[in-house]
Amino acid sequence: MTGVNLDPAKNILTRIEMSEKQTNGKIKAAYLIPLLQDIQESYGYLPREVLEYVSNFSGIALSRIFGVITFYEQFYLEPQGKHTIKCCRGTACHVKNGQKISDTISEVLKVNEGETTDDGVFTFETVACLGTCFLAPVMMIDDEYFGNLTSNEISKIIKRYKEGGTR
Amino acid sequence: MTISELKLLQKEFLSRSKKIKHKVYICTTGCRASGALNLVTEFEKIRKEMSLEDQLEIIQSGCHGKCSQAPLIRLEPSGYYYGKVRSEDVKEIIEKTILEDEKIDRLFTGSAHLETTGFFGHQKKDLLAACGQVDPRKIEEAIGAGSYLALADVLTRLSPEEVIGQVMESGLKGRGGAGFSTGLKWKFCHQAKGDEKYLICNADEGDPGAFMDRALLEGSPHQVIEGMIVAAYAIGASQGFIYVRAEYPIAVEHISLAVRQAGDYGLLGQNIFDSGFDFNITIRKGAGAFVCGEETALIASLEGKRGMPRSRPPFPANSGYLGKPTNINNVETLANIPLIIGKTGKVYSETGTENSTGTKIFALAGDVQNTGLVEVPMGITLREIIFDIGGGIPGGRKFKAAQMGGPSGGCVPEKYLDLPIDYESLKEVGAIMGSGGLIVMDDRSCMVDMAHYFLEFIQKESCGKCVPCRVGTRHMKDILARICSGKGESGDIEKLEELAGTVKSSSLCALGQTAPNPVLTTLKYFRSEYEEHIYSKKCLALTCKDLLSYEILGGSCTGCGLCRKNCPVGAISGERKGIHAINPNTCIQCGKCFEVCRFTAVNVS
Repeated sequence: MTGVNLDPAKNILTRIEMSEKQTNGKIKAAYLIPLLQDIQESYGYLPREVLEYVSNFSGIALSRIFGVITFYEQFYLEPQGKHTIKCCRGTACHVKNGQKISDTISEVLKVNEGETTDDGVFTFETVACLGTCFLAPVMMIDDEYFGNLTSNEISKIIKRYKEGGTR
Repeated sequence: MTISELKLLQKEFLSRSKKIKHKVYICTTGCRASGALNLVTEFEKIRKEMSLEDQLEIIQSGCHGKCSQAPLIRLEPSGYYYGKVRSEDVKEIIEKTILEDEKIDRLFTGSAHLETTGFFGHQKKDLLAACGQVDPRKIEEAIGAGSYLALADVLTRLSPEEVIGQVMESGLKGRGGAGFSTGLKWKFCHQAKGDEKYLICNADEGDPGAFMDRALLEGSPHQVIEGMIVAAYAIGASQGFIYVRAEYPIAVEHISLAVRQAGDYGLLGQNIFDSGFDFNITIRKGAGAFVCGEETALIASLEGKRGMPRSRPPFPANSGYLGKPTNINNVETLANIPLIIGKTGKVYSETGTENSTGTKIFALAGDVQNTGLVEVPMGITLREIIFDIGGGIPGGRKFKAAQMGGPSGGCVPEKYLDLPIDYESLKEVGAIMGSGGLIVMDDRSCMVDMAHYFLEFIQKESCGKCVPCRVGTRHMKDILARICSGKGESGDIEKLEELAGTVKSSSLCALGQTAPNPVLTTLKYFRSEYEEHIYSKKCLALTCKDLLSYEILGGSCTGCGLCRKNCPVGAISGERKGIHAINPNTCIQCGKCFEVCRFTAVNVS
């Protein structure tokens, strides 16, 4: 065992157990996804030790838990960067040269999509559509939107975040 | 809660609201990305400074529709829409427009009253009537605008069969993509045997380029909840789910709040309107899988499994969530229900065309002046939407195609601009109504590249369960990638057509069955573009970068050296103040020289 603190996971499980979602002392398998979402929100990712604990506690096989985690894009088995850059790859962004934005981010950060920079500051993701097509091409850093982007702006924005600033 | 209590609440709200003459509606949903919350703070600050608290009401509303002008506000009683408003403009707006009734031309972008053409005038806002008119975080405002009256009517006056009858008569078809009769779907679930039934609201709006459901959930969540309760009553469900995309944080926030408030007011829970009918809603966030928009995949995801579709029958109406009868409707479909009950199915069916009734919301985006959210009656033409409401193509460029229906849809060419849009007509031209994404493309968009884009998307989102979709789309994508990179061969088009036929006819779910549509429609209407790519190795839209060549025009080059400094591969040579040249063997067609040249001396062909 490494030093992952299991207390937050225990709290989440106890809370769910106390609520109506529980039957016969077991967490309903149907509740697995919201459970994993809560754990990820608390830890920032899904540490293996925590998943083993969840499996033992709930009786849901670890293989099944991993099956679910690897199916969905928004579950992470590795720690994520301090900031997450989400580049929109929707149709409107594609028409407005979104590929170039995505390529530029990758070039500036020196990582591929889905990876985290070595210094742990940025994780780079692309998403199917952010639903803000009027801002195309658009990216998000954490909860901030950056719309009508040109590839030249990107390195400046990233630099600002890297130096501890925000938008 | 009883009907008279609901009506009293409405009356109280309206008389309270009437007391304040001036109102500013600030969109704080979609426009939040453009700094709308700062405007709220500024309006509040200046209102306080000028002691206008009892004269000016500030309402944080949903989307006004003209998102290209974000942040957008509306002023009442003038009805003026002001766009691209900055904090610095707020004082002037209050002093001039609110207090002196003077229009500020610089900010003016349309009027809610009197206009009959253009972006605001040409639309028919039935579904979006409350969106932009109420603060979606306050149930009192929704009740003031008439929410839950239709529900009260249903629960106290109509039987489930009568509700289904009204919906059947309305002719409403599912707005999520497939366009199946909503009334019929309810009837099947109503008739299904079992005392435990479920109702699911599909808010997993994954189609790239679509944001209608986001706007409804953010701007008028109670309309969706009311529709859900009516649907649940009709089919006999006491538990409902809203499966919402996690990529929509504001939608999650507003719908969660609305569900809580509806519970507090007794509009959800036990014995709603003293009718003996119980209904609860649980909100579930998606975890980032496009295929979960497919109903059986969505149910699998709700059950805590990998979100993979299964073959039908049995249909969810008979065997859905946990094997129980389940009805799934899309957000926009459910938002139609209170309208239908309010005006009767017959009156509702008078809008639109014979087989496609009502209005439809489109998310207008791409190469069009007024990007945003528009609601129009079925049967309107694309030309009306793109050129009158949308304001045409920016920069005087030429319309090339409209992509409708996302990855399951197709590209509609210029010759169909005057086609009345409904479910049937779009199907005939090879596109689909889909959920309502409408991306306009001008002559700079390459149709082969578009087809490649969608196939790449589908390939990535294919769940992998069935072979035609998993392997077929992969091959199609690879062929398209080859064509785009100049390595297309004779026979590729035929191979694409053959694969498209197989994938379409033998995939398990709608994701695979419709995946070839972007390829088939572009092949049908823009076949010559494929041929140019394959045989002449040319991309006339100048999109496919491997097919481009860059050269420096001697007559325009000043020898500034900017291109040379910016070239990432050192392909450009030349003396300072002398004419530069690009070595085609080293050039990687990145386009950097074209971008940085200030003398338009770089030519791309």
